[in-house]
Amino acid sequence: MTTVEVNGTDQKAQGTVALKRGLAQMLKGGVIMDVVTPDQAKIAEEAGACAVMALERVPADIRADGGVARMSDPEMILGIMEGVSIPVMAKCRIGHFVEAQVLEALGIDYIDESEVLTPADEAHHVNKHDFKVPFVCGCRNLGEALRRVGEGAAMIRTKGEAGTGDVVEAVRHARQVLGDIRRLQSLPEEELYTFAKEIGAPLELVKETRELGRMPVVNFAAGGIATPADAALMMQLGVDGVFVGSGIFKSGDPLKRAKAIVQATTHFRDAKIIAEVSRKLGEPMVGRTAASLPESEKLAKRGW
Amino acid sequence: MRIGVLALQGDFAEHVVMLRRLGVDGVEVRLPEHLDGLAGLIIPGGESTTIGKLATRWGLMEPLRDFGRSQPIWGTCAGAIFLSKDAHRDQPLLGLMDITVARNAFGRQVDSFEIGLEVAALAQPTALAGAGDTAPFHAVFIRAPLIETVGPGVEVLASLADGRIVAARQGHLLATSFHPELTGDLRFHQYFLGLT
Repeated sequence: MTTVEVNGTDQKAQGTVALKRGLAQMLKGGVIMDVVTPDQAKIAEEAGACAVMALERVPADIRADGGVARMSDPEMILGIMEGVSIPVMAKCRIGHFVEAQVLEALGIDYIDESEVLTPADEAHHVNKHDFKVPFVCGCRNLGEALRRVGEGAAMIRTKGEAGTGDVVEAVRHARQVLGDIRRLQSLPEEELYTFAKEIGAPLELVKETRELGRMPVVNFAAGGIATPADAALMMQLGVDGVFVGSGIFKSGDPLKRAKAIVQATTHFRDAKIIAEVSRKLGEPMVGRTAASLPESEKLAKRGW
Repeated sequence: MRIGVLALQGDFAEHVVMLRRLGVDGVEVRLPEHLDGLAGLIIPGGESTTIGKLATRWGLMEPLRDFGRSQPIWGTCAGAIFLSKDAHRDQPLLGLMDITVARNAFGRQVDSFEIGLEVAALAQPTALAGAGDTAPFHAVFIRAPLIETVGPGVEVLASLADGRIVAARQGHLLATSFHPELTGDLRFHQYFLGLT
């Protein structure tokens, strides 16, 4: 956090926790879409995306190509930032704080410290308090989520299993996080200390979550969402919004599908509207069941 | 009293919480029929392009304009853009307020800021808020717009130290560049309820 003197009486504060978490609050109820070119970013904006994630390859292609996946070329990220008026996010490798510094220097709006890229550190995540730019991180359960918040993450998403088009892991992780919170709320106060120890989360954040009855930061779903009904499913389970990665631009008619997923996310309790927007969407992305992946290809296992 | 909060996208739940703290029922509005029987409407922060496209898709533009001709509407950040008549971009706008706005006027997220604002209107005694309060309002600006120009019937409620306009009122319509719903300070919500 830095402060700047504006005049004799007033202090201007930047890079604060409230501002970092606040931008995520503005994304709520919305869809954040993976895009690999400025043209795709414009299609996403046209469809009603509340933000885009700029990257060189969508997760389905990262899986297909194999090899080491790194931060995208700054030239490509800047091209997308110039092309749209909505917030632009970009991914750095887990623990790669210099990739994060580079993204901050580019003026990116949010950094995703992401398991979709090849981890750069097998013990430590980025110390996100060191940055003015906010971070979103993946999780599979409440302990992992609150460890990331403890490191300074201003937004959380489920990991799901990216690049599969199979929503089952996102459902598993959302149910786990939200179930952990329900369990936490039912505990007597003297059991909080052991609960915090068991899930490996900072006690203060455990207490705050219990008091709020929800995570202290915005919580999106990600990893395998491919249809309007998938998006509405995650919303009804209780997340604040959704990321759609490969599901849009790996499908037959990206603009139509993107619009439909945006509509279904807003009207997530209205099955008639979800039915209407789901008609004639064309081919969905070719899926790959998460259960068929060998252990070595499961991205959700990355991060600790 | 029931106050609507446009719930197409953005931080509508935060406004509902603020209204509840004031003893007012906040109703989520997603379709035209949800406007029935409301005493006022808040358009929350979020992405103005997203909100505009969703409002267009579900036939809300004209019903919202009709509502705003007789009932109070308050737009925060994206909501202020949506109320304006011009945002210098091709995007759906209600055009209810005689103001023009500049989107992302301060830069990107790293340029977002918090600051104390002098808001004389909040210091006026009202039936709801009682004696009034002269303390600065802690304003949160996130990728915020500026109100560039205001028409003759528009009152400027708050400006930055350099004179740039960040809050304005035109009769029963209210626009703020910042997010009172992200603070614990209920005064702006009380002020809006005073317009109903």
